Amino acid sequence: MPAMSEAELQALTLSLEVAVRSVLFSLPLAIATAWVLTRRRFAGRTLLDAFVHLPMVLPPVMVGYVLLLLLGVRGPIGHWLDHSFGVRMAFTTRGAALATAVMSFPLMVRAIRLSLENVDRGLEEAARTLGAGALDRWCTVTLPLMAPGILAGAVTALVASLGEFGAVITFAGNIPGVTRTLPIALYSALQTPNGDATAARIALVSFVLGMAGLFAAELLARSMRRRLGR
Amino acid sequence: MLEVRLRLERGDFSLDVRFTAASPGITALFGRSGSGKTTLVHLLAGLLKPSSGLIALNDEKLFDSGLRLNVPAHRRRVGCVFQDLRLFPHLNVAGNLRYGLRRAAAQSQRITMERIVALLDLGPFLERRTWQLSGGERQRVALGRALLGQPRLLLLDEPLAAIDAARREEVLPYFERLRDELALPIVLVTHQFEDIVRLATDVVLMESGRVLAHGSLPAISLRPELTLLLGREGLGAVIEGRVVSIDGQSGLATVTAGASRLLVPADGLTVGHDLHLQLLARDVILATAPPVGLSVRNQLQGVITAINPEASHNVMVSLDASGLPLLARVTKAAALDLQLRVGQQLWILIKAVSLRNRPN
Repeated sequence: MPAMSEAELQALTLSLEVAVRSVLFSLPLAIATAWVLTRRRFAGRTLLDAFVHLPMVLPPVMVGYVLLLLLGVRGPIGHWLDHSFGVRMAFTTRGAALATAVMSFPLMVRAIRLSLENVDRGLEEAARTLGAGALDRWCTVTLPLMAPGILAGAVTALVASLGEFGAVITFAGNIPGVTRTLPIALYSALQTPNGDATAARIALVSFVLGMAGLFAAELLARSMRRRLGR
Repeated sequence: MLEVRLRLERGDFSLDVRFTAASPGITALFGRSGSGKTTLVHLLAGLLKPSSGLIALNDEKLFDSGLRLNVPAHRRRVGCVFQDLRLFPHLNVAGNLRYGLRRAAAQSQRITMERIVALLDLGPFLERRTWQLSGGERQRVALGRALLGQPRLLLLDEPLAAIDAARREEVLPYFERLRDELALPIVLVTHQFEDIVRLATDVVLMESGRVLAHGSLPAISLRPELTLLLGREGLGAVIEGRVVSIDGQSGLATVTAGASRLLVPADGLTVGHDLHLQLLARDVILATAPPVGLSVRNQLQGVITAINPEASHNVMVSLDASGLPLLARVTKAAALDLQLRVGQQLWILIKAVSLRNRPN
């Protein structure tokens, strides 16, 4: 394979940066959401469940569009962020990470929720009789038992994040070095005359990254499950 | 001492129990499955909230509906060994043992890691994962973990249910040691009467969420309500005694029980130990004259205190052998033949092998 150009390398590192930031941002929220959906019984639970899963069924471009309406410089939240903290979301790397996070959120919540449902409540009861309060139990019993699921969810979300296109290009645009991630670079290459070789290289890199990520997720989850004796 | 007076209404199940449990000692909750034993354990541990009532441990209230007091489970210091053990799979044996110890107040730490590791022979497993252990080993880890939480009350929910019959003898001595060495009230849930004979000092008989009878094991063993749980064949007096000597030659141990001396098989017994002996009513022979030329090792003299007809042509004879209450089942025909009546003096014949401390 011919060496990658500087622009292609830039797209690759940017993609990785966006994916990592998106996962770091959504992971705590996904754990909290999974907990609420699994362990709490309240009136709006079904509604929240549906809302969390919306990005899976809506066109990504529409998700980007809604983000733009809310978080654009003239949007209600975007305006407030800009004025109060000087933080801009639309057409920034941060914005690309946010759009990616929204898109991969349902995937992550699903994986974490599944692992939480599999945690034996009896073990939490045992911890209770041994003097552990609610937060203590969560940190020393529930989270460690969920760890394989959380990890698998995070890695899967990370890999999926590398490929997010529609929401990112709509909300964050196609700015080289800022928001031009691998899929957007691939799209741009296809729009450019004589861009075929570039497009092929990017496609190959994306493929290798995706495979490696999924493989790593499976290996990690397997080794963690082994430590739990399952 | 543990004082319990609880009601729980839950759907079509209702529980209404009251009893006290001595400290130290093992109080057994005995009843069929569905009688509310495990529910009661969860109520005591604080994992379930009673509808009303009181739980008091050495005059400290853990629950009092009148005062709206409900000490949360993690502050009760009530240790629990669950039926399914519930060892933490993400921690090794040492980590499991330390879990409760770390969370107990420093001043209350009278049960140390060293003591538990020695008492339960856990030394070789400390670094192992709990799922690498055998059933009996896992059982001991669960017991050690509960004890290191520095409990003021220990709850054992069917602790032997997960162990196959052949391995029970591996674990039972640890429970005996525990009972004798730690001054703790222990509540033991079981549906095996042989475990009660072996371990318990007191018994609470339960049926459909109610207490049928409650008292010391020898007293409870005479109650006709036990028929419900043991069947007629399983009924018989439990005798409290102490091993005073063992004759290696004959393989027999001498046990004093009240004013009587009994010869029993010495297997597994040690001199000086207190024990319970179960004597099934069907294994007792009555004689109106002093017998001669019999293989029977034990011949006691006693008085008939009651005669109760049973179904199927039998009578249950209650006896007092110099202060030792016993039960004997004989046929109606035999009772007529011997002209048995209350107040009558008799010879009571008991084969040594009929006096059981453990299942044969």
